[in-house]
Amino acid sequence: MRSGMSLIAALAAGVLTLAGCGGDGGTTGGGSGPGGLTVPKIDELAALGAGEGEVNVVSWAGYVEDGSTDKAVDWVTGFEKETGCQVNNKIAGTSDEMVSLMKTGEYDVVSASGDASLRLIYGGDVAPVNTDLIANYKDVFDGLKNKQWNSVDGAAYGVPHGRGANLLMYRTDTVTPAPTSWSVVFDPASPYKGKITAYDSPIYIADAALYLMKTKPDLKITNPYALDDTQFQAAVDLLKQQNELIGEYWSDYTKEVQAFKAGNSVLGTTWQVIQNLTEADGAPVESILPSEGATGWSDTWMVAAKAKHPNCSYLWMNHIISPQANAGVAEWFGEAPSNKLSCALTADKSHCATFHAEDEDYFEQVWYWTTPLAQCVDGRTDVTCKDYAAWTQAWTTIKG
Amino acid sequence: MSTVVTGPGRKAGSFLHRHPGLRLAGFLSAPLLWLVVAYLGALAVLLISAFWTVDGFTGETVRAFSLTNFQTLFSEEVYRNVTLRSLGVATAVTVICMLIAVPMAFFMAKVASPRSRHWLVIAILTPLWASYLVKAYAWRILLANGGPVDSLLGGPGNGPGYGLVATVIVLSYLWLPYMILPIYAGLERLPDSLLEASADLGARAGRTFRSVVLPTLIPSVFAGSIFTFSLSLGDYITVQIVGGKSQLIGNLVYANIGAANNLPFAAAIATVPVLIMVIYLLAVRRSGALEEL
Repeated sequence: MRSGMSLIAALAAGVLTLAGCGGDGGTTGGGSGPGGLTVPKIDELAALGAGEGEVNVVSWAGYVEDGSTDKAVDWVTGFEKETGCQVNNKIAGTSDEMVSLMKTGEYDVVSASGDASLRLIYGGDVAPVNTDLIANYKDVFDGLKNKQWNSVDGAAYGVPHGRGANLLMYRTDTVTPAPTSWSVVFDPASPYKGKITAYDSPIYIADAALYLMKTKPDLKITNPYALDDTQFQAAVDLLKQQNELIGEYWSDYTKEVQAFKAGNSVLGTTWQVIQNLTEADGAPVESILPSEGATGWSDTWMVAAKAKHPNCSYLWMNHIISPQANAGVAEWFGEAPSNKLSCALTADKSHCATFHAEDEDYFEQVWYWTTPLAQCVDGRTDVTCKDYAAWTQAWTTIKG
Repeated sequence: MSTVVTGPGRKAGSFLHRHPGLRLAGFLSAPLLWLVVAYLGALAVLLISAFWTVDGFTGETVRAFSLTNFQTLFSEEVYRNVTLRSLGVATAVTVICMLIAVPMAFFMAKVASPRSRHWLVIAILTPLWASYLVKAYAWRILLANGGPVDSLLGGPGNGPGYGLVATVIVLSYLWLPYMILPIYAGLERLPDSLLEASADLGARAGRTFRSVVLPTLIPSVFAGSIFTFSLSLGDYITVQIVGGKSQLIGNLVYANIGAANNLPFAAAIATVPVLIMVIYLLAVRRSGALEEL
């Protein structure tokens, strides 16, 4: 016993010594993003060369389809044949997962949403994109180019992919009357208690903030990603109350499909593509954009700073925003395409109208995922907002 | 190859023959290196990085000593709750495994014929051939709303559904072989003649169990419990698949690595089960269970 304890003590002492050493060479951290941080200098690709034979992709489910999910849904096989670049796809369930995956250095391109893109840019994980080398870039809607989430000081850090809203999905056989508002997922007396689902990511706090923005005007929330202490606490409290109603949280889309199919979940937040898959599995589900509006995404294809296959990456970025492929993704995933010419190529000719592809006023109502910063993203300077680290810790507390 | 060792090989051989200490060192250095570098080294790195922090915006690790992680860990109520919940699950799984494994192992070691004994051992081991994930997802379907378990209990909603109960059931199923095998091995070493002698001396079944079987059984049960307890304490996949909205220590570690990209905090959380296991092992050591492994 004695020897065992002294061994542990010796080990602990050694560790403490080492930990102390670690402190000496440490960098100072705590930068608060734009304003506090500078973008690492990374050169863009100057000229396009021959393909390297493969490209490693991190994407959202439904963005990279090679016909294995549905034979008719395939915009990868043609690209592989044409360019000789084998596409190795890795699906990520959340933006945080995308950031972690890109930090491994194993991947070349990523379909980053607004809550990942700036973190990747300032983290030095992605390189600026030479848009001259991407022929299809000229056809991208001007409303999507050089935005705060995909560029820094006029330098493009990627090519816009498409945008859309997080929807409310419900089973038509159990949920009556059909919901029109997000209130059904927050109602403490909900008859669907234990069968409600929510997205398993800290960014979901914004969904609660958006609901409070519309229903509790005295909180004065103007942007669901800029929450001061009081506003943040209100959103967290709402979600803690919602936790009582939740059956399970989802981030793996196959899990949500199965839960809705079996009836373990009957109501909750979703993406259009998940509703398509669930319906294809034979479950009676419907999805709507509730009256309060919704959070959503505007995605950007970005290339890794240390991409091992830069040429194939550029070929891929050019391909995925080409009218044909862009129309394919937009229709399969259920979002607005980024390429003007895509609208003419969708199977459903009203797709662009349904998803408001050119309707900037509509997208004013959709709050794209954005990384919350201490420096409020709504422009307030008299208060400090809760940053993403605080959101992450709160999310653990909400789940209990 | 040739039968005669020549040249430097032979010289080295005879040199080692004359120095048994060196021989032993050479023999053990590779596994020792593995133990120290890969095993204890990894643990040390884990402990060190627990004192680092992460830049909230860019996600870069800040290599400066700080106690922030541990402060959060101790001050926030949620981490205490999750730790207690994980302990509860691990204890429940261990007790359930024990209750099932003891009679089963006793039957295998003492009642079944030697021929069927082998088949029983193989039967216990077969579930280990299938992938962990396949088994967990199979249980997700078994426990689904209106699934087989529900039907067995009389209709949708009658089963346990997804949640902590489901997690305990599935973990008990997954780790049962790790409890049966050490108990079986322990009981097999107990000579039948001891049981007969006890009976000949007039002891009833209860007395024989208490005085002869139990002393062998207890260390074996503790040995098995080390597996079931530690495996349950660290699990995060089963609870993600059938656990509904509940989270255990493993989920917090996973969420901080995968989702939050906060490796240092994940390391800080990971020290909790390490600490629990050290305490557990020190306690179990007194029962002599470590000799049973």
